[in-house]
Amino acid sequence: MALTRWIRRNLVVVAGLGTLAYLILPNVVVLVFSFNKPNGRFNYEWQRFSTDAWTDPCGVADMCGSLSLSLKIAVWATIGATVLGTMIAFALARYRFRARPAVNSLIFLPMAMPEVVMAASLATLFLNMGVDFGFWTILIAHIMFCLSFVVTAVKARVMSMDPRLEQAAQDLYASPAQTFLRVTLPIAAPGIAAGALLSFALSFDDFIITNFNAGSTVTFPMFVWGSAQRGTPVQINVIGTAMFAIAVLCVLAGQLAGNRRKRS
Amino acid sequence: MSATTAPETAPPAPPPAPAGVAKAARRKKLVPYWLLLPGILWLVIFFAAPLVYQASTSVQTGSLEEGFKVTWHFQTYWDALTEYYPQFLRSVIYAATATVLCLLLGYPLAYLIAFRAGRWRNLVMILVIAPFFTSFLIRTLAWKTILSDSGPVVEVLNSLHILDITSQLGITEGERVLATPLAVVCGLTYNFLPFMILPLYSSLERIDGRLHEAAGDLYAKPFTTFRKVTFPLSMPGVVAGTLLTFIPAAGDYINAELLGSTDQKMVGNVIQSQFLRVLDYPTAAALSFILMAAILAMVTVYIRKSGTEDLV
Amino acid sequence: MTQQPSTGGDVRLTGISKTYGSFTAVHPLDLHIPAGSFFALLGASGCGKTTTLRMIAGLEDPTSGIVELAGNDVTALPPHKRPVNTVFQSYALFPHLDIYENVAFGLRRRGIKSVKKQVDEMLELVQLGDFARRKPQQLSGGQQQRVAVARALINHPKVLLLDEPLGALDLKLRRQMQLELKRIQTEVGITFVHVTHDQEEAMTMADQVAVMNGGRVEQQGAPAELYENPGTTFVANFLGTSNLIEAEVADTSGGDLVLTTEGGKLALPAARCSAPARTGDTVLVGIRPEKISLTHAEDAGTIPDGRNRITGRIADSSFIGVSTQYVIDTPVCSEFAVYEQNIERDSRLVPGAEVVLHWNPAHTFGLDATQDIDAGTQLDEEAA
Repeated sequence: MALTRWIRRNLVVVAGLGTLAYLILPNVVVLVFSFNKPNGRFNYEWQRFSTDAWTDPCGVADMCGSLSLSLKIAVWATIGATVLGTMIAFALARYRFRARPAVNSLIFLPMAMPEVVMAASLATLFLNMGVDFGFWTILIAHIMFCLSFVVTAVKARVMSMDPRLEQAAQDLYASPAQTFLRVTLPIAAPGIAAGALLSFALSFDDFIITNFNAGSTVTFPMFVWGSAQRGTPVQINVIGTAMFAIAVLCVLAGQLAGNRRKRS
Repeated sequence: MSATTAPETAPPAPPPAPAGVAKAARRKKLVPYWLLLPGILWLVIFFAAPLVYQASTSVQTGSLEEGFKVTWHFQTYWDALTEYYPQFLRSVIYAATATVLCLLLGYPLAYLIAFRAGRWRNLVMILVIAPFFTSFLIRTLAWKTILSDSGPVVEVLNSLHILDITSQLGITEGERVLATPLAVVCGLTYNFLPFMILPLYSSLERIDGRLHEAAGDLYAKPFTTFRKVTFPLSMPGVVAGTLLTFIPAAGDYINAELLGSTDQKMVGNVIQSQFLRVLDYPTAAALSFILMAAILAMVTVYIRKSGTEDLV
Repeated sequence: MTQQPSTGGDVRLTGISKTYGSFTAVHPLDLHIPAGSFFALLGASGCGKTTTLRMIAGLEDPTSGIVELAGNDVTALPPHKRPVNTVFQSYALFPHLDIYENVAFGLRRRGIKSVKKQVDEMLELVQLGDFARRKPQQLSGGQQQRVAVARALINHPKVLLLDEPLGALDLKLRRQMQLELKRIQTEVGITFVHVTHDQEEAMTMADQVAVMNGGRVEQQGAPAELYENPGTTFVANFLGTSNLIEAEVADTSGGDLVLTTEGGKLALPAARCSAPARTGDTVLVGIRPEKISLTHAEDAGTIPDGRNRITGRIADSSFIGVSTQYVIDTPVCSEFAVYEQNIERDSRLVPGAEVVLHWNPAHTFGLDATQDIDAGTQLDEEAA
């Protein structure tokens, strides 16, 4: 009786934790199977424990190359999208001008469009222009779809910022350039960082748009896609687990640093 | 000391502002356009122009060897629809089902983080976001392991005779979960769940906790409080979350490819194979356009409807 | 102050106006703010006082007109080139910088390298020496306000602009900071221009007040002058409370105008009437509630001659400690306000009692009857 009453009162907690388990389960499986030693080419069924993949993460042909290519593209796409997106966000948040509604729609549409449509359209353009598919076409595509997310993140931050702060800086003898560097940019930084982080994650993990615009270039997600047909090496799980661990550690470290700053 | 407001009857012509002010004002007016220029150009060239290009491709005919020409061949649209309507239908049904499941699964978790997690809030939040950082293809492949024919999930479902019922309903086949609609919907739900949880959370988090107390004070039972206060106030999150889930799910082809069989192909799979394997660009373009139009139409109707509900 | 008093500059606005599209925030106005004065721009929200202040700071470009600081035309100068500093509404302290860096901001922007001594002195002056390394959000409202003042004053501006600087503070702290700001102004001798909607604050602190309404200056002068002899119904109602009665001019021959009202004859010194008054004209007669004495009708004979009188019945009375406030129903006005000091209370003065209101004619003022008699009354409630 007591148990059923407790469950009834905490139904939402139980359901929420259930969902959380559903979200985490694949990551646990990826972790566990990174220690598997499969018999065939596919790493779908548990055979026996082994640390082989961990001791030799780059032991699969082309995988680490594709990984570093993905990192390289993600870094450049993040830089490009963050710079362009931040500029647009400032224009939208700080100025009133006639083309505003049109610009807002142009920013919103890429987020409301199925990726496959954007992917096929852009590839059509490149085909018709006779552009060679590869690093540059991937980078262009990634900047294009990350842009809107940066604009959204930065705009929210800049909109919530008190315009009097910038006026105060000007009142205290800061030139427009100094005002931007000393006041606006530092205060908008969390929004810009959030946009950049999102861009990195989106670009690094993108498959659909890359699939259409990569030609024969192989990024890490494309390597994984290919291996699903040819055979999945255990090293994929090693990389997946390492990425998960690095992400969690980064976020935790950020939280700890934030807490300490708050306490002091 | 003279402080006089200009009398209304005969206002003295005020001295005009110096020319420097006007010039500075004109320069200021151009600032937003300079800021917009590079980013907007990027979107116009690599997002808007390709859509136009594709519109023209969809009415072209020809072959890879001889090249394609615009012949206003609208027949392509009709052919695409008649040939691939099962895939279209499947996309809509799978995406809608996954969206509803995401809402049902995601709401309790978002609610938990917003109101009940207390000092665990940050940890739970990290656990929701962190999977993002593992390649989603790897995580989707993990579902192949979880749902594999000899795995514990299938075993349990089998021994409880649930799979018998589901195969009667046509969402599984025999004693398998993989390569069935269930597996594809399960993968779609999993992949887009965070896109539901985050907007839900951000609109729930904005609700003043005292509103719950006020509702309770005004004789509302907990569930009534939820139905009359919490849920209506979270509507912006519900609308944003369902859109962010439905749109990418409807265009997805990864889950159908990795977890389904040829009987679960969605429209995304067709576009991908027409474009990258068959190299029939007009058909791929026509399919993209039909998909885009269908989604825009559905989204518009949906926003209208939820918008009016908001006002009530 | 440890540093030598900087000489303030005067501010001269000539025909300055500001319009946003079809809305006129400030009508062309001329204003001279003398050097070293504590000047208040007083008015309800939306009256144009903040816009005027921001045009002096350079944060708004005037639609027309000229801004002069200490004799120099600064109309075309951007804010960072003007020798004025502002204490912003809700302070606008930089959230990413600590208190020390907030105060040092202006000095650093002007390329001054060794700021430590000045910043320390300034923080000492506002009693925040121990808080130098805190972030603004860790400080209380009063402390943040002092940081904002220190951040502006450290630059020795010619003029310090204060935009509702005390609006976010609670009543007690506000009174304390009013005296504090007044003390600082006296010590540094800088011209202070203070924007506020609080008439008590303006009168306590400023030696010159300009009352603004609807984008125009209604009246300017020393606080006592504005209070005792308001020139418009808006000023009469916005600064404190006034009883305004319509009256007809009966005789202009003496030093005092003789006016007839429905309640009898009243006298008004001709010099205290701001409206043209020929025999037969209608004017508004004003009298402040605290200038009026109340005498029970039975003792009417004891009232000295030469005083203005009106009879009525007490409709309501409320005891508020230092005084008792009465509402009197009279033939000229059904809600005549009277404030009586609680010195020797007449126990017969209760609601329903017949009374005589009487006052020295020298306290009476006369206004143009074409104005709205209630101008400034609702605004006062909203702002208080």
